[in-house]
Amino acid sequence: MIEIKGLSKSFGKKPVVENVSLTIQPKAITSFIGPNGAGKSTLLSMVSRLLDSDTGEVFLDQSDVKKMKSNEFAKRVAILRQSNHLNVRLTVRELVAFGRYPYSKGRLTPEDEEHIDRAIEYMTLGDMEQKFLDELSGGQKQRAFISMVIAQDTEYILLDEPLNNLDMKHSVQIMKILRKLVDELGKTVVIVLHDINFASVYSDRIVALKDGRLVKDGPTNDIINSEALREVYDMHIPVQEQDGCRICVYFNSHS
Amino acid sequence: MRLWMLVAATIVLSFISLFIGAIDIKPSDLLDWDSDKTQIFLMSRVPRLMAIILAGAGMGISGLIMQSLSRNKFVSPTTSGTLDAAKLGIVVSMVFFTSVGYMEKILFSFTFALIGMMIFMRLLESIKFKDVIFVPLIGIMYGNIIGAISTFIAYEADVLQSVDTFFLGSFTLVVSGRYELLYVAVPAIILAYLYANKFTVAGMGEDFAKNLGLSYRTVLNLGLVLVAIISTTVVLTVGIIPFLGLIVPNIVSLYMGDNLRKTIPHTIFLGAAFLLMCDILSRLIVYPFEIPVNTTVAVIGSAIFLVMLFRGKAYAKK
Ligand SMILES: Nc1ncnc2c1ncn2[C@@H]1O[C@H](COP(=O)(O)OP(=O)(O)OP(=O)(O)O)[C@@H](O)[C@H]1O
Ligand SMILES: [Mg+2]
Repeated sequence: MIEIKGLSKSFGKKPVVENVSLTIQPKAITSFIGPNGAGKSTLLSMVSRLLDSDTGEVFLDQSDVKKMKSNEFAKRVAILRQSNHLNVRLTVRELVAFGRYPYSKGRLTPEDEEHIDRAIEYMTLGDMEQKFLDELSGGQKQRAFISMVIAQDTEYILLDEPLNNLDMKHSVQIMKILRKLVDELGKTVVIVLHDINFASVYSDRIVALKDGRLVKDGPTNDIINSEALREVYDMHIPVQEQDGCRICVYFNSHS
Repeated sequence: MRLWMLVAATIVLSFISLFIGAIDIKPSDLLDWDSDKTQIFLMSRVPRLMAIILAGAGMGISGLIMQSLSRNKFVSPTTSGTLDAAKLGIVVSMVFFTSVGYMEKILFSFTFALIGMMIFMRLLESIKFKDVIFVPLIGIMYGNIIGAISTFIAYEADVLQSVDTFFLGSFTLVVSGRYELLYVAVPAIILAYLYANKFTVAGMGEDFAKNLGLSYRTVLNLGLVLVAIISTTVVLTVGIIPFLGLIVPNIVSLYMGDNLRKTIPHTIFLGAAFLLMCDILSRLIVYPFEIPVNTTVAVIGSAIFLVMLFRGKAYAKK
């Protein structure tokens, strides 16, 4: 369980995350939604220790993340940021293999190889595993990064807009895999999404941020309705039921 | 390219290097252990060969580590002020600490190289415009500024000449007793290999490194220390060898990628073979005289660098 207590962060004088407290339920997918600049990435970076908070604490199963050893933390929490400029020429397989670094420090054991194979298979990257990253398309690269995070095999997986650059088929594929990681392997996934329909269909809980504040936090169905979404996005978002899923049809709506 | 090809090339070139020179020595001459020729061979040819191999491998590895840690393919000890800072260290120790011995001078030099490099890395972090050409240009300018300071201090204190003899840097002066400092580079290169995975992870950037549990700053500092050790020992024994640290790692990166565990052995042998080749050319072009190896390296190196710039723009961009 991740507990976030009173987390705040300012850049210069501008507060971007203000006193956010929430609990991330274990063995579930929690989606962070909210407008651009709401502070989603900043919050995720603080939870994953990439960024120091000004005030507040984050607890991972009761222990303060700031006090945890880097290597232990890396075996429990994995993060993929929103944009990744990796100008290192590694092959897809080498990149994914570095996901095992917290365990093996680069000397791969047969067990590591299994994890690598599985992660590559999940992302259907098998036929390009020997290609260099700079020879891949944006979406293929993104899948390679996700694959690396999966190989890291952590209880907690934090993904900041992982569907960036992905086509519909691969977006669906990734959401299904995340579902599988949660349902079958008991992982906890936190994911930032802009497409609220993916959030609606695949997540257990939704957390909505706006102007650095937490505005909604609850089970998916409590958030995916027109009133709640108006509070988050300041726009009218009709919600329709389809095959048991709530779908937001916002494409031609007015505020 | 396979590793064994580079190893074979290094061996062949080493053999050639041992048996060319103003005095004609044949392998058969070495059978007579006490002859003058054997003495020359042991006192001059062998040290020279060792110096070339170590300097070539060392400069290649230094460049490789710097490029990985700075995440910029166009950074190298010769284009980031490292060597100029090493020289400033010598000047400062000569002028302000006149009583210190040779070892202390070397320590001064090393410390200055390290600080110079750290300042350059900071500089790199703060500039927005990380262009392929811009970065080495800034590095060269930065080096020239440090160089100007050295010259000024040395001139004012009237030690220009003794500083210059410290940096004459040529393999002609390499005889046994004058190059052994270079062996310090050996453990540094071995350490670089042992830390290869850490350097690769650090090269993926701070966020990736932290996600994988690497203590980023520690690895960064260790890398800079290794580069400072290697480049100081090289510059103090054989002088400035331009371009090698830039082009050799880039060529290896082109065909092998940037996984240092795999590329370090290639960089070592390609660096050694490249410098051997340049040295042999230097000794043959105006035989029986020599042109300084630095000149040969500069001419061939800059040509290769230009080709890389024009052809490799696509690959070097992020
Ligand atoms: N390093 C930084 N320096 C200054 N301001 C920053 C920095 N990083 C983020 N900000 C500001 O903090 C605010 C929140 O940014 P953040 O990246 O967390 O938003 P977000 O919710 O992830 O937005 P998006 O949906 O566009 O990714 C923005 O207004 C941004 O301008
Ligand atoms: Mg964001």
